[in-house]
Amino acid sequence: MTLAAADYPDELLYHDQHDWARLEGDEHAVLGITWYAQDSLGEVVFYDPPEVGATIDKDSSYAEVESVKAVSDVIAPLSGEIVEVNGALADTPEKINEDPYGEGWLVKVRLSAPGEADSLLGAEEYRKLLDG
Amino acid sequence: MLAAIGVESTAELFEQIPAPLRVDGPLALPAGMSEAEVYERLVELASRNVDREEQICFLGAGMYDHYVPAIVDAITQRSEFLTPYTPYQPEISQGGLQAMFEFQTMMSELTGLPVSNAGLYEGPSSVASAGYLAIGATKGRRRFVVSHGVHPQSRETLATYATGFDATIQEVGLDDGLTDAAALAEAVDGETAAVFLQSPNFLGAIEDVERLGAAAREHGALLVVAVDPMTLGVLKPPGECGADIALGEGQPLGNRLDFGGPSFGFFCGSEELIRRMPGRIAGETDDVDGRRGFVLALQTREQHIRREKATHNICTAQALNALAATIHLAWLGREGFRELGELLVRRTAYARERLAAVQGVELLHEAPVARELALRLDAPVEAVLERCAERGIAAGYPLGREYPEYEDGLLVAITERRSREQIDALAEALGAAIQAEHGDSVANSATKSPGAPR
Amino acid sequence: MIAEAPMQGERAETIFEKSKAGRRAAVLPDAGVPEPPLEELIPAKLLRAEPPRRPEIAEPEIVRHYNRLSRRNFDLDTGLYPLGSCTMKHNPRLNERVAALPGHAGLHPAQEPKRAQGALELMWLLQESLAEICGLPHVSLQPSAGSHGELAGLLLTRAFHADRGEARTKVLAPDTSHGTNPASVTMAGYEIVKVATDERGGVEMDDLRAKVDDEVACLMLTNPNTLGLFDENIAEIAALIHEVGGTLYYDGANLNAVMGHSRPGDMGFDIVHVNLHKSFSQPHGGGGPGAGPIAVSERIEPFLPRPQVVRREGDNGSGPTYDLDFDRPKSIGRLRGFQGNFGVFVRSGTYILSLGADGLAEASETAVLNANYLKARLAQGRAGKYLPVAFDRHCMHEFVLSGKPMKKELGIATLDLAKRLLDFGFHPPTVYFPLLVEEALMVEPTETETKESLDAFAEAIEQILTEAEEDPEKAKQAPHTTPVRRLDEVKATRKPVVRQPLD
Repeated sequence: MTLAAADYPDELLYHDQHDWARLEGDEHAVLGITWYAQDSLGEVVFYDPPEVGATIDKDSSYAEVESVKAVSDVIAPLSGEIVEVNGALADTPEKINEDPYGEGWLVKVRLSAPGEADSLLGAEEYRKLLDG
Repeated sequence: MLAAIGVESTAELFEQIPAPLRVDGPLALPAGMSEAEVYERLVELASRNVDREEQICFLGAGMYDHYVPAIVDAITQRSEFLTPYTPYQPEISQGGLQAMFEFQTMMSELTGLPVSNAGLYEGPSSVASAGYLAIGATKGRRRFVVSHGVHPQSRETLATYATGFDATIQEVGLDDGLTDAAALAEAVDGETAAVFLQSPNFLGAIEDVERLGAAAREHGALLVVAVDPMTLGVLKPPGECGADIALGEGQPLGNRLDFGGPSFGFFCGSEELIRRMPGRIAGETDDVDGRRGFVLALQTREQHIRREKATHNICTAQALNALAATIHLAWLGREGFRELGELLVRRTAYARERLAAVQGVELLHEAPVARELALRLDAPVEAVLERCAERGIAAGYPLGREYPEYEDGLLVAITERRSREQIDALAEALGAAIQAEHGDSVANSATKSPGAPR
Repeated sequence: MIAEAPMQGERAETIFEKSKAGRRAAVLPDAGVPEPPLEELIPAKLLRAEPPRRPEIAEPEIVRHYNRLSRRNFDLDTGLYPLGSCTMKHNPRLNERVAALPGHAGLHPAQEPKRAQGALELMWLLQESLAEICGLPHVSLQPSAGSHGELAGLLLTRAFHADRGEARTKVLAPDTSHGTNPASVTMAGYEIVKVATDERGGVEMDDLRAKVDDEVACLMLTNPNTLGLFDENIAEIAALIHEVGGTLYYDGANLNAVMGHSRPGDMGFDIVHVNLHKSFSQPHGGGGPGAGPIAVSERIEPFLPRPQVVRREGDNGSGPTYDLDFDRPKSIGRLRGFQGNFGVFVRSGTYILSLGADGLAEASETAVLNANYLKARLAQGRAGKYLPVAFDRHCMHEFVLSGKPMKKELGIATLDLAKRLLDFGFHPPTVYFPLLVEEALMVEPTETETKESLDAFAEAIEQILTEAEEDPEKAKQAPHTTPVRRLDEVKATRKPVVRQPLD
């Protein structure tokens, strides 16, 4: 099942480098790449996750996603420590294409600076960015 | 054509080059010549090279005078293999891609490691390439431990590349022709990215890779083993001895001597290393209609996609030379390849015995050998070689060039083209040359009387 | 419905699958020496238990296999191959004949120099010729390909700076550079910094000025660049780099545009690599062999790889002799075994002798003429509308078109156009490079194509675009008539199968 059309759920926050964050409580967030990012990349063939315990910094790359013809840096929308990685993607990286906001999630982090969320875009603003 | 472009002359097309940078007048090179004249010139140049048909060649040191069957040229000279570019459009490159797949299978079988690439330039730079891979694979360790038995050209190439890798090299010496195991174990530590061995080593000695490699495994360093492909019909392959990477000079398989190139380097690794492999790799897949086909796989490793983060900078490699190897191996076949290996070992054993019995010749070491042996001469080596050359024999490679500790050393290589008669002739020539150097007037072949001390 | 083309019906079978136990091709000589069991000569633990699994197959079947396999390739001897920056010019067969002469082909690399005078003289002549063509006096033939030459150039740069007591960290290269450039930079231990391209297609001078500082070890360029355009600012660019003490490196991939008309040395470059498998007619072989000799300026000479081929004047009226010089104290050392790809030197040396000064200049002139003609043809008709040229000025030996309008209005991408060209019997141009141009198509016809050949190509493009106006599916499903059709590259990369399983 591939998402037929562009989809940007309202409850998520977005980074202009085409990454999303789902806040969970005050201290945690789940991160991934947006529909636009997976569409540009093409069919994902490989995802090399970071290690649990690693620190990630907002606006910096924390992992790479590979398609047949390109490799893309995944940019962290928020800073924190990785508490969980989506190990299932090792066998089925195509979930990133099929369900980028659900089964295609990449990492879960414990936020080091929750205030950073204020600088992220809402769904409407992100859609505007793409159209512009 | 000029009208279509909208100019009066081709000179206008060159106006984008600023006038001061335009060459004034013809280049200072001779004018062009007819094909016949050029041919004559090349024939004349060739006539001043003493090649393997004019001199019995016992030279080895990485490249060997093997018999390459006639079908290799017949196939590699075909336009369809000779003239296309790298297979970026796989639908019209199935010939080249399938040939790579077959080559990769052959090399994987040879070395006992599951993943082979489609080839690198030659032996020594492949060793350096393994160093680059090891740095990435060990997350930035920067020490290499290298046996003194590894080909001097490989060691030197690794050192050159290491200035770019910001890596240091520690060499481990030899003990009676073989890598000093204790010294090796001591040299390897938690900062070592890779341990480099060669078997048979440069002195022709077969190393106990499995035993030596334990030090690498213990410290999480990669074990890189350079091998002579012609010996792998009979010798235990590196993959069965704990090697992470097996590589080497591919020239003996299907390729000409060509004064040192082009040949190819083969490069095989474990499954875990597949995404770090340098160079092209062909992979099997299907087309839209379900037909079996082949493509360049894992291209995101390569420079044209990954750019500064590529596993290597290589683009054009040695595809045609790898094809030559594939055909040669197919021609030898399962039985032929094994028989050839056995032939090499037995002829080398014979040569060893015959040559050690010559007055003034000793074995440099007594380690087991497969196709190359090291001797010590009781006379200046270069002078002996000159005398043998006058008799139409290239007696071997002077070890003193890169191993000053073996100033009197000579490396003799055996191939299936070196018959018993030729080996006997070499023995005679060496004996005569040594005696002549000692000022003996009688130029007979000399053998020691039984029981006399060596 | 397009009928299945003849070869499509043939399933690809590897040589292993044609194996039948007991068959063989090779007959080996008898040992002629005692044949003890191997365990008596070599300890059993060092011996292989089972020989490697190889096909068991007779000679006629081997020949048939590879013959049939070869026909699944499109090649330059069959048709046009306008790959940008690859310079797919005709490979003269004289080169093959002379390369096969036993005196060249059968010469061991460790042969005494005095018994290899023909080979060393040939290398010397090639060096001198390349020095003259490049306008730089000192040449090393050692590097095995362009990337190898690039690595050499960067290691030479490193040695040059180290010799002056400096350790710089950055190398600049345009965003249009070939992928080997940044890959080589990393291998040489430098950090790549990209320089922008301006609207004329040359280096963006303000961006360059902002980035040039004394951490810059080198600037890597090709001129004309990968857009096929000569950078008119080259003199200023050279001055900028030299002012901060950096080296200027020339990627010789595009030398075919300027042989005999302009020389990289005169443009101010310190180090040049030349691709013998591009401008100098060495056959591509489906991915090599090639060679990437380097020509360098006086100040870089001391660091050249070891050994160098040298010529010594004879004394007492005897002729000159040639030798391998290992005595080079400041050399960066070796980059590979022995002397380099000598067989390639024979072929390129022969090509240069054949063409001579006049022929080389004519080759470049014709290459530039052919490219501009084809560009003019493709500026007409539907190609002009859907595949506009990226930079509208006279190009040199190659040019870049953009498939952006085609994608927008016809719904077919550059990739689809390329695949449909395969059905018409042409190799497509380079696609999706340089990255700067959207839906890029880089076209380099070379000088060995006739006007008729170029016209046929332009007509095929026109036909494909016309067809796409009616029925874009034809191109999107292309190719239709090749031995296999579009291949599943995702499958190949997700679960790589890189050898035949033999269990």
